[in-house]
Amino acid sequence: MATEIAHGGIGASVKRKEDPRFIRGKGTYIDDVVLPGMLYMKILRSPHAHAKILSINADAASVLPGVVAVVTGELMAAHNLAWMPTMSGDTQAVLATDKVRFQGQEVAAVIASDPYLAQDAVDLIEVEYEPLQAVVDPHKANDPGVPVIRDDKEGQTDNHIYHWEAGDKAATDAAFAQADKVVSLTTHYPRCHPAPLETCGCVADVNPATKHTTIYMTSQAPHAIRTVFALVTGLPEQEIRIISPDIGGGFGNKVPVYPGYVVATAASLLLGKPVKWIEDRSENLISTGFARDYHMSGELALKDDGTMLGLRVRLISDNGAFFADAQPSKFKAGLFHIVTGSYDMPAAHIIADGAYTNKAPGGVAYRCSFRVTEASYLIERLVQSAAYELEIDPVELRRKNFVRKDQFPYLSCTGWVYDSGDYHGAMDLAIEKLGYEELRREQAEKRARGEFMGIGVASFTEVVGAGHGKDYDIMGLRMFDSAELRVHPTGKAILKLGVKSQGQGHETTFAQIVEEELGIPFSDVEVREGDTDNTPYGLGTYASRSTPVAGAATAMVARKLRAKAQELAAHLLETRPEDLEFERGKFFVKGSREHFKTIQDCAFAAYTNLPDDMEPGLEGVTYYDPPNMTYPFGTYMVVVDIDRGTGEVKVRRMVAVDDCGVRINPMVVEGQIHGGLCEGYGIAFTQLITFDEAGNCLGSNFMDYLLPTAWETPNFEVYETVTPSPHHPLGAKGVGESPTVGSPAAYVNAVIDAVAHLGVRNIEMPVTSDKVWAALRAAGVDA
Amino acid sequence: MLPAAFDYVRPSDLTETVQILAQRGDEGKLLAGGQSLIPLLKLRFALPEVLIDIGRLEGFEYVRVEGEQLRIGAGTRHAFLAASPVAREHAPALAAAAPQIADPIVRNWGTIGGSLAHADPAGDLGSVMIAANSDFVALSNRGERVLRAREFFEGPFTTALAPDELLVEIRVPLARGRAFGSYSKLERKIGDFATVGVAVCLDMDDGTCRTAGIGLTAVGATNLEAREAEVALSGRRLDNEAIEEASRRAADAADPTSDLRGSAEYKRDVVRVYVQRALKQAGGMNR
Repeated sequence: MATEIAHGGIGASVKRKEDPRFIRGKGTYIDDVVLPGMLYMKILRSPHAHAKILSINADAASVLPGVVAVVTGELMAAHNLAWMPTMSGDTQAVLATDKVRFQGQEVAAVIASDPYLAQDAVDLIEVEYEPLQAVVDPHKANDPGVPVIRDDKEGQTDNHIYHWEAGDKAATDAAFAQADKVVSLTTHYPRCHPAPLETCGCVADVNPATKHTTIYMTSQAPHAIRTVFALVTGLPEQEIRIISPDIGGGFGNKVPVYPGYVVATAASLLLGKPVKWIEDRSENLISTGFARDYHMSGELALKDDGTMLGLRVRLISDNGAFFADAQPSKFKAGLFHIVTGSYDMPAAHIIADGAYTNKAPGGVAYRCSFRVTEASYLIERLVQSAAYELEIDPVELRRKNFVRKDQFPYLSCTGWVYDSGDYHGAMDLAIEKLGYEELRREQAEKRARGEFMGIGVASFTEVVGAGHGKDYDIMGLRMFDSAELRVHPTGKAILKLGVKSQGQGHETTFAQIVEEELGIPFSDVEVREGDTDNTPYGLGTYASRSTPVAGAATAMVARKLRAKAQELAAHLLETRPEDLEFERGKFFVKGSREHFKTIQDCAFAAYTNLPDDMEPGLEGVTYYDPPNMTYPFGTYMVVVDIDRGTGEVKVRRMVAVDDCGVRINPMVVEGQIHGGLCEGYGIAFTQLITFDEAGNCLGSNFMDYLLPTAWETPNFEVYETVTPSPHHPLGAKGVGESPTVGSPAAYVNAVIDAVAHLGVRNIEMPVTSDKVWAALRAAGVDA
Repeated sequence: MLPAAFDYVRPSDLTETVQILAQRGDEGKLLAGGQSLIPLLKLRFALPEVLIDIGRLEGFEYVRVEGEQLRIGAGTRHAFLAASPVAREHAPALAAAAPQIADPIVRNWGTIGGSLAHADPAGDLGSVMIAANSDFVALSNRGERVLRAREFFEGPFTTALAPDELLVEIRVPLARGRAFGSYSKLERKIGDFATVGVAVCLDMDDGTCRTAGIGLTAVGATNLEAREAEVALSGRRLDNEAIEEASRRAADAADPTSDLRGSAEYKRDVVRVYVQRALKQAGGMNR
């Protein structure tokens, strides 16, 4: 719904400023960084999921011509760098010293003059392993006789990581005691991987004379990474510079620090030369941050009329060999306790336990705000089941229990304060655009003919834009963000941000905020990010937080500059600031519209002609700590047709109504929604990281880990409602993740809806044709 | 994903190619479109000492009728075949399969001969060649010999070609009556290997099936022939009874394994469903 408007401020669907360089192949990604004398690193990885390392022999590798160094865990340990901290308060091996704990774990690294030679040398390193029993099933991780994976941790006697509860157990038990009906669903949100098209990598450059360290890195959070590096290595923080150039997709995968970064930096320090490390596709899939892997059991207590009374959830998270979830430190299961979703739920209780297994660590928020995706999936699937059990239309059951518009701000039973919403409005629009009633008639006719068609619904509520910093942090760093704005004498501006775009369109969207607030055309505003020496401190881009936090900081700093510009305009117009009014880059004398000064006039005056008592320049910085999260929401509806012979699912339609408050660039927002709906499709139908009994990863390349293409995905029909956030300076909410959070349940619910009359209540993701076929045949449907 | 070192030679014609093969065929690999070989090199699963690049040989890409045969140059790209009106007229199963192979990039680069000689049991074309009762022409500096498609595939990635031999031409016999051909493929996404593929070639005389060929993809150690199903159809009217029997026998001929694409039981049932659908289509019946 891009509309033509005369300015480039809020609401203008202007084309993205960054696209010409990307389209022409002129972006600078990490592998484009080439430094004089640069060496190349390749990593040797474990073929076993769980094995003792008996010996490492690098003699043959070391003498291969072109090889400069072979780095092992022993060498890293000598520098106290064999282990590093994770984002969830655990430790992770940088290079294995004692044993390997997942297939693909980093064991040694070769530094050579050429990447091909480095790979040749990696193949020459001989490692003697003593294989141990692999722990693959988190449900059995603490059974008697199962080996302890983390025997490196003092006092660790089993594979249990954490126990965490939220909500009110007594109130929830009381609610269940009054229920007419309890509906339950046990489901696994399977392990998947963000799989950004650009894999992870870095170029570490430690100057041998000054010891200043510059690391070019594909990082979504360069400032936080610098602080972590300073803490881990003991290097002075001001001598570390992280430069995050153009990023080819992040989706949460590029938030953590990976062993490769640490080894490359240590190697550069030891060798006095720049060291480049670029992962290949398999390395990215088998060793870097995975997502999800939540085994969930939900129970919903209802009255016969469909009124929801309470919700119980028990879950086991499969965290892999190191607890490395990217999440605020207060919460062991991220923001999962948003699980009551869009419903006015009187009581809820959540119990979560984490399990170590012999799998890669991660638990990153893959296009997700810290486990809200798993929560949204569970409640939306559970509500759908309840609709079938109570024989109430799934739409009606939702409408009956939605938090009403007049209840906002709404305090949920697990402690969230939903800022604003109109759930019925979004649902009504989705029903209208889909033609829900007509499709239900078609479904009934097809059913009578033995054809299978389903209509899926999901009405999600997201929680994005962390902080408030009091409650949300990353490794202790409060989740604020920042913006620094300088307007130059000619009226052109540079905006520097603590966040970091990976494709979200920051260079355009944030320039538009400046235009909206200050009247400088967005094309005159250059947005800079990603260089810790040249941008203000910030926590980075993930969990849909850039617009809620850095967007607010941008608006606030622009307003600061506007106030000063108003004083300059008053000076130029020989009047008082309060006698002026501002409109789109011009300060008018009230009641005398022919007398005005432009923001460009004011900028020039700030450096050339200003009051004696005024500080020169037009520049400012704002650090913004949001008072609350933002709560975007929406209703997604999906229509599927199923081939009764093969079980193939064809998604015929996908209608998405999103409400993310005020949209700054509606076209950019729609692009985000298309991307997220596509990834949601992938998660629902094709993308799976799984393991065999020995712990071998079965999704280690794009032949096995299937990303959807334009061929598989449907035409997305996207619509909006606009319910501004009351606490955000622009009324905006985050949006990049809503479609990934909301859509998997809608897709799966559509498949279930097609076979619900056969008694089918669950098919696990990814919903592949063989699973649908099995459900059909089990219900006696033949072809 | 960085290949190990190798030598590279690019012969200018077939004569030079077979000379090089005679010398280095044992240690070398032929590179045509590279769509299977290059990934194997990058994964270091293939470690040839020399790559013999035949991707740019002249006169190696053609689809034409000669006598009672459709002749296809082994260097013909999938996209060329997919666009060929001659193939569409004379080899409908082949024409149906060509646009279903992998994705547009693979079809623009990959060659028919390369795909067949690679002998991936999940490759689509082998089943079509089996169903169509094709012959393959192999060339070496010892001379030329003709191999039957049904005897060509000896195991996964293993063929009847000798190390010094090069596949140069595919010969598809033309139908005497009405040629019916189809290729049905189940894949998880575009560009994926088949979960199951079924090629059906019928030589029809009115409603009666003169001869039948059925080839199966990805349900055995090689592309398979569904011999018993073919026998059940020969000389028979395509009625429901015949169709049921043939599709059941074709499913029996499948020997799939369970994996992430589905259980063996599932794959066998998809063979049955696909054969049934193809035969119903050939017989002009509704599904």
